[in-house]
Amino acid sequence: MSRAEVPFRLLPELGGSSHFFWTSGERGELMFLHCQDCGCWIHPPQPICPRDHSKNLKPDVVSGRALVHTFTINHQPWMPGPELPYVVAIVTIEEDPSVRLMTNLVNVEPGDVEIGMPVRAVFEYHADEDGDVWIPLFEPDPERS
Amino acid sequence: MDANEIIERRACISGIGQSDIARRLNRDPLELTLDACLAAIDDAGLKVEDIDGLSTYPGLGGPVGFSGAGAVSVHDALRLELDWYDSGIETSGQLGSVIKACLAVAAGLASHVLCFRSVWEGSAQGEKGRSAVMPGGDGRGASRAPSGFMEWTLPFSAPSAAIWVSMFAKRHFHLYGTTREQLAQIAINARANAAHNPKAIYTEPMTLDDYFAARMISEPFCLFDCDVPCDGATAFVISRIERAADLRHPPIRVEAVGTALHGRPSWDQFDDLSTMGTRDAGAHLWRRTDLKPSDVDLAELYDGFSFLTLSWLEGLGLCPVGESGPFVEDGKRIARDGVLPLNTNGGQLSGGRLHGYGYLHEAVVQLRGDGGARQIAKSNPQVAIAAAGGGNTCGCMLLTRE
Ligand SMILES: [Zn+2]
Repeated sequence: MSRAEVPFRLLPELGGSSHFFWTSGERGELMFLHCQDCGCWIHPPQPICPRDHSKNLKPDVVSGRALVHTFTINHQPWMPGPELPYVVAIVTIEEDPSVRLMTNLVNVEPGDVEIGMPVRAVFEYHADEDGDVWIPLFEPDPERS
Repeated sequence: MDANEIIERRACISGIGQSDIARRLNRDPLELTLDACLAAIDDAGLKVEDIDGLSTYPGLGGPVGFSGAGAVSVHDALRLELDWYDSGIETSGQLGSVIKACLAVAAGLASHVLCFRSVWEGSAQGEKGRSAVMPGGDGRGASRAPSGFMEWTLPFSAPSAAIWVSMFAKRHFHLYGTTREQLAQIAINARANAAHNPKAIYTEPMTLDDYFAARMISEPFCLFDCDVPCDGATAFVISRIERAADLRHPPIRVEAVGTALHGRPSWDQFDDLSTMGTRDAGAHLWRRTDLKPSDVDLAELYDGFSFLTLSWLEGLGLCPVGESGPFVEDGKRIARDGVLPLNTNGGQLSGGRLHGYGYLHEAVVQLRGDGGARQIAKSNPQVAIAAAGGGNTCGCMLLTRE
């Protein structure tokens, strides 16, 4: 994605427990917090595993493959952002369908989006003096269509 | 106290009050709040010095216009002498604050609790509409997204519940074949009822063609699927039942409340986005009463977005899960002369976004038989449901007339 095409986004704070999530895109990787004892994927990040209360947690890389759980085509100019209309979706990750992400779908005509559509993560780079951010967006996955 | 007692039955609604309500009043929101509070106290036949409890939602804070007054402001302005008070947003929807008042009088902490909800979103947003109070709405690069849930929405330009709830609706459409024509009936029914509510914001008739001609907000929601911000306040007096016998109106009894939330308290991680929290609050309510959904004479169900009313119909078992679309289909069942009159004051879609308290106010009006031109057709309604909230914050109350 060229610089000219990158829309304004209100970037996340990078000081907290989600720092890894917003920066792993530098390596082209999507990461979630992962319990090293029971294997539970945890999102958003929290200090203990919700299943076994272990504190032995660390971010691990996932495949970036996901399914569109639901979506909307937004027409309303709520705030500066992508060109209207844009697609907001909730996707479920391949490693655990109970883990969801709200995101935008890109590189697809809004009218072509369907629930259940296979998608994959792509990252939108934002250089920023308070810390660079890689926003995880999703596009149709040609290998699973 | 018997652990199995349905303790909310020790409480009743003894007074109701509302301020002026309009799209924009440009008046001091505390003044509107006090107008509603004094009206409710007077309606109960009480004096200000009889009030010994105070409860409100959400308290101070939130976007500009979201709260017209906190508990402290009302406490001080009326020089109340309180044995119990409470305020906060982390509760079972807007009516969570009324439910807490019921528990306080039932527990003997207070005898007459004043409850209020006050908004001035119409004036706060001015001519610029909702974007005026959105994060980043005041210019580019203003700040970073806050931590908490908004961290996971704002970077994706999804700042509004309209976007989140439209995705719940889309999921429901996908699972059950629900259609925009069906969704439209919620808006059209509300508008038809608002025509008979002197305080309603939008009163001109709406047709299906009008609905489909409205501009799209976030699919499947068009403008008419979203409630209308306004200025106004609503208040109640919740009394311990034995203290209500000699008051101005026969008490409206609290038969049961629903406060549960079993799914994750999250707008996107909740297990079933097609139901969200209405499922848990609704089921909880029916576990606390021998009455059945078929006993309900009228329903006042949150319509901050039209889909949330469908969600409450299903969550409360007023129709089977997945069948709310066909249930409302031609509008006949939910009309004032139907089997289940719905949102008889125009709801928030046409009546104005009083944010939760308007439903309970209207349920009391109808049970008292004071609806005037909008009074439902069936005579002597005995049982009403008021439900508020949606998504991950839901609360509901089952009311009966003495
Ligand atoms: Zn674990």
